[in-house]
Amino acid sequence: MAKVLIYPATSLILSDMVTRFGHIPLSSAVAIRERVQTAGLESAPLQITPEEPKKGLHWAAVEVPSGVRGRMALYGPMVDECEAAIIVNDADLSFGCMGCARTNELLKFLIRQKDVPRLELDYPKDEAEGVEFVAAIKRFLNGLGGGK
Amino acid sequence: MKDYTPAYAGSVTKYVVVESFNVTPADIAIRAYEVSQGVMIKETCFGLVLMGKEEDVDRVIAEVRKIDPDHIFVKDRGFPPGDVRRCRSALGGARPGFHGIEHEMTILPYVSHALEELGHRDEKTIPVPESTKKKSKLDVYTLQKLIEAEEP
Repeated sequence: MAKVLIYPATSLILSDMVTRFGHIPLSSAVAIRERVQTAGLESAPLQITPEEPKKGLHWAAVEVPSGVRGRMALYGPMVDECEAAIIVNDADLSFGCMGCARTNELLKFLIRQKDVPRLELDYPKDEAEGVEFVAAIKRFLNGLGGGK
Repeated sequence: MKDYTPAYAGSVTKYVVVESFNVTPADIAIRAYEVSQGVMIKETCFGLVLMGKEEDVDRVIAEVRKIDPDHIFVKDRGFPPGDVRRCRSALGGARPGFHGIEHEMTILPYVSHALEELGHRDEKTIPVPESTKKKSKLDVYTLQKLIEAEEP
């Protein structure tokens, strides 16, 4: 089973497809769960502490805003860990503040820089495109091998 | 800053989203309760939130999925159900993250249709989506033609 990074990292469809075709999705929920379930100092709502922007320095330069570095503390380990990636390019749902937008750009850049199998798609707009979308994901995931 | 002690350490939480004409969240909730055995189940407008030990949650999901495999979708969640930092009962308005599911709910019918299709078709015979093909850049000759074609 390969660890597949999904973008948008909160995507229900991609998370389900990766699990359905026998691999492990790396999504932001898992990174948040790790923080929510770790004892320490209370830092509501996401348990992102002042330590996270420091950890983010591993993936973003010091002049990058702390908001982006803090977010990269969640996504960066997933980029390091992933063995493949699926990116949906026209994902309006990942739209957020400037911190989210810049983190999304950096995340996509880091995935493209990494030498792992990568599938880039757009969301389907009708049933025919839906079939092509799911078939492309299935082909890609089966090609990774080791699926459950 | 105060000390923080997690409420459900070691548990996993997952969403089960239903997009079906034949199955409702209430239907899968009943089936989930039948096989729950220690899993916390919360029924929502779009499906269920399940929380418990990973193997127990996966077992319940596997049972629930049998009802309508192509129309039931699952994803992970970071927070336990009803957590005051996320639950709309404490915050008001839509839960942060609901808009993502709401957006993808409009695409789920196409995905469900595709899963049904792939049940009896080989994915290798289906063409590659246009979006995955490499888009060529606009070359200078075409650009020149466009400029010259422009009305004065």
